Amino acid sequence: MQSMTRDDFIWMAGGPQGSGVDSSANIFARACCYGGLHVYGQREYHSNIKGLHSYFHIRVSPEEIGSIASRVDLLCTFDADSVVRHIWEVSQGGGIICDTEVLGKRIMEIPTLSASFREEFQKTLDEKGIKPETVGDLINEVKKNGIKIYPVPYLELLQGLGKEIGEEKLSKLTIMTNTMALGISFGLIKYDKKFVNKAIEKIFEKKAKLISTNIVAFSRAYDYAMKNFGDSGFSLNPVETDEKRIYLQGTQAVALGKIAGGCRFQSYYPITPAGDESEYLEENQVFELEKEGISQAGGSIIVIQTEDEIAAVNMASGAALTGARAATSTSGPGFSLMAEGLGWAGINEVPTVISYYQRGGPSTGLPTRHGQDDLRFALHASHGEFPRIILCSGDLDECFYDAASAFNYAERYQTPVIHLTDKALANSSRSCRIFDRSRVKIERGQLLKEDDVRKKEYKRFQITESGISPRLPLGTPGAIFWNTGDEHNELGHVTENPMMRTVMMEKRMKKLELADKEIPAQERVNFFGDNDAAVTIVSWGSPKGAILEAMDRLRQQGHKINFLQIRMMHPLPTDYVAEVLAKAKKKIAVEGNYSAQMAGIIRERTGMDMDYFVLKWNGRPMTSDEVYDALLLIMQDKAPKRQVLMYGT
Amino acid sequence: MALKMADYRTPLFNDWCPGCGNFGILTAVQMVLVDMQLEPSKVAIFSGIGCHAKMPHWVKAYGIHTMHGRPLPFAIGAKLANPDIEVLAFGGDGDGLGIGAGHFVNTGRRNIDMTYLIHDNGVYGLTKGQASPTLKLGLQTKALPKPNINEGINPIALALASGYTFIARGYAFDVAHLKEMIKRAITHRGLALVVVQQPCPTYNNINTKDWYGGEDRIDPATGKPVPRVYKLEDTGYDGVVRKPEEAFPKTVAALTKAQEWGDRIPMGLFYQNELVSTYQERLSQRIADYLQNPPAKQVISDAQGRSLTSIDRMLDELKVT
Ligand SMILES: Cc1ncc(C[n+]2csc(CCOP(=O)(O)OP(=O)(O)O)c2C)c(N)n1
Ligand code: SF4
Ligand SMILES: [Mg+2]
Repeated sequence: MQSMTRDDFIWMAGGPQGSGVDSSANIFARACCYGGLHVYGQREYHSNIKGLHSYFHIRVSPEEIGSIASRVDLLCTFDADSVVRHIWEVSQGGGIICDTEVLGKRIMEIPTLSASFREEFQKTLDEKGIKPETVGDLINEVKKNGIKIYPVPYLELLQGLGKEIGEEKLSKLTIMTNTMALGISFGLIKYDKKFVNKAIEKIFEKKAKLISTNIVAFSRAYDYAMKNFGDSGFSLNPVETDEKRIYLQGTQAVALGKIAGGCRFQSYYPITPAGDESEYLEENQVFELEKEGISQAGGSIIVIQTEDEIAAVNMASGAALTGARAATSTSGPGFSLMAEGLGWAGINEVPTVISYYQRGGPSTGLPTRHGQDDLRFALHASHGEFPRIILCSGDLDECFYDAASAFNYAERYQTPVIHLTDKALANSSRSCRIFDRSRVKIERGQLLKEDDVRKKEYKRFQITESGISPRLPLGTPGAIFWNTGDEHNELGHVTENPMMRTVMMEKRMKKLELADKEIPAQERVNFFGDNDAAVTIVSWGSPKGAILEAMDRLRQQGHKINFLQIRMMHPLPTDYVAEVLAKAKKKIAVEGNYSAQMAGIIRERTGMDMDYFVLKWNGRPMTSDEVYDALLLIMQDKAPKRQVLMYGT
Repeated sequence: MALKMADYRTPLFNDWCPGCGNFGILTAVQMVLVDMQLEPSKVAIFSGIGCHAKMPHWVKAYGIHTMHGRPLPFAIGAKLANPDIEVLAFGGDGDGLGIGAGHFVNTGRRNIDMTYLIHDNGVYGLTKGQASPTLKLGLQTKALPKPNINEGINPIALALASGYTFIARGYAFDVAHLKEMIKRAITHRGLALVVVQQPCPTYNNINTKDWYGGEDRIDPATGKPVPRVYKLEDTGYDGVVRKPEEAFPKTVAALTKAQEWGDRIPMGLFYQNELVSTYQERLSQRIADYLQNPPAKQVISDAQGRSLTSIDRMLDELKVT
């Protein structure tokens, strides 16, 4: 399984939720970024506040990376649970950092390991023919396979630290365990302390008092590792770079895209993993506008937490009616509640934008875990027929630019736009090239002003050749209009007239054809790899990073292959997709759901069937290694039609 | 030129049943608009779904006929994005107290400067007469196969508990009084609720015009009916909070008044408190220029379609190289 072709290194922090796994990971990642390295991180957590296992997978490389991999090089644990849970993931030559105190813990008595986990674990032990009782026994077993163990007497180290900084209360010191673990980690990989110090300064910038003690704690642990542990076999070296980079997570990329794209109203009801986006927006709700080339005050976004998602989507539509760019943000259960409101926006031709972060469903499903199983739902939610546009971002860069362009499509075609992302994007944090606002275009479509309607009868739903009826913001002086969720005439009054129904429906639906005609293919798909390959991967959303890496590896080995990433699922650039697929002898769908929903949509539109399916629905994002393995089998003609990926803890 | 009733009418055929209380409400609303001389394009009328919800189509103003139970969220979105619009929301009793009850309650917490009017007819008119959330326990209106098995909600009490800062009741067939209530609601600084007792001659054969008017109770002395509805103002009741310490006792008084039903049904202003901060004021604390520069008025691009929004501060925060 371990196909390590890149010069990459994977560090993982694991511990009980609420124990500081996130902040350790944040410091780790930033420290790597400061050294010019690229970072891709993925946060995994239970639907729980304190106590259950969570972990952060951080992959570091001098090159840009877009996915996690199927291994861990250095596992940094904060409890016994984390050692047991991730032990088989540690790569050969890799290492495990743990508290000396966990060594004596009896595996089957670790309370946070579920019965089903224990059963599976026992099976693995039986297969391996080993019988460890304690965590220490288990560690001794893997040691035999060349995995290195770094037991750390945290208690002693904390007491030593206490003496140095004049703090005797142990309870005040234990929060420093994370920082010490970082010290051990970075000591083992011999990374320059100055980058870590800089990261600590950044993370604690609002709690300046903590900076110096954390730096001392870090440094002591670093030195301890240098002195007491031999060579770990890894070393992480900084690289020079001129590139301007940011480190952020998916929800921030979407939020920034919205602000840059002119969104001025966001309503939401809290839900994982969408909630972070709205919170970030609210934190940054006042911003500057550039007028005559000068930045000045004047920009702001209203962020309102509603009573439910029904209110959220409808408030956004209410705001959008006034001409403000408005959005809401949610996940599957919330979108289920938005279905009726989506239809209202559709029939009233309101440019409401919905940021939809998928997670594993149905129902509450896997509330904190990944899934791509809502594509069909996004496409079909709400009764009746109306146009909608569905954008699917594949990485954080696309999250940003798509979040902005969603409003352009919404306003140009006066119809709701669903920006579909997922938990893997929401909670992946990575370094990427700084976003370029000058690439953000604002296209408002046919938007009327006061002067355009003065002394004329304004017909909000005027029948036009293109299907677009010029839009007037509600509240514009000198005119009025009506809206209704009922079928309506040009003025917006209720009608049940069969002729009017026929014509009005056609007017609305035509907008989808117009969008299909006007929006160029390069805005709707990405194409990577060899033009003349006989093998084509088709995918959408977050698997992009894993696919690109797997494909690179295959191409380096001489395989010819290409990858069609669908970025606009609706309207699908059907001709383009059909043209690409017609050239392929092997067509492979890669997606994070059970029923290959994208493949079904492509079949419906193009009449073309996929030859292979690589699917995953265990709640965890795809790793580049497992995608590589699956693709390789296909290249070698050894693959079954349907491969199910299972990696993940 | 002064605006007249005709300036607020649309030429559409009104398809409410003859004798429907909604006609009184419609007339009262149009009279208020005339009284206040509100430009039609300054006013936006939101409604839910039901008989009541056809309202915006008969009024010449921005008219947004939304979804069953949802006029409030739409109205709030529009009002917050463009606070210059005079926003009136109309809901049915099923609409606002059944399917939309969550919005009814949570809107109370926000004290947004707008007006909400509930057409209380005791039934689901448009779906042919099922019991609405205000219909009292045991009553069997015309279309019910069995007597009502649920107790009725008290909208006045619910509004008090939810934080509405203006709570009044009107009667659809006392248009002059209703008009005053609606006008006061609009001029109120904050969120105003007017519950209107609205006879539905087609399905509610219990709470009829005659019943409200007391046609079944003839005073032997005068030979005239003794109406069930009476005006709080006529009894010296005063629900207006003028000092912070009055808020609690006046809430209690209003809650007590709200319990009256049956033989005597109070109309008028139950409670008003303009000392509570409005949502707009709260927003202005966070966004200093919110009122001058609300979402609907912000310019977001230049003539070439370039974004004007600077995200540099946020990017600086995230910068790592
Ligand atoms: C989500 C949804 N469920 C059910 C309906 C059907 N429906 C239409 S009007 C109505 C009841 C209306 O009653 P009320 O709100 O009291 O208004 P009224 O007709 O009495 O004015 C119902 C249930 C609907 N339109 N939408
Ligand atoms: S059913 Fe009742 S509420 Fe509806 S229009 Fe007829 S009388 Fe009015
Ligand atoms: Mg009703």
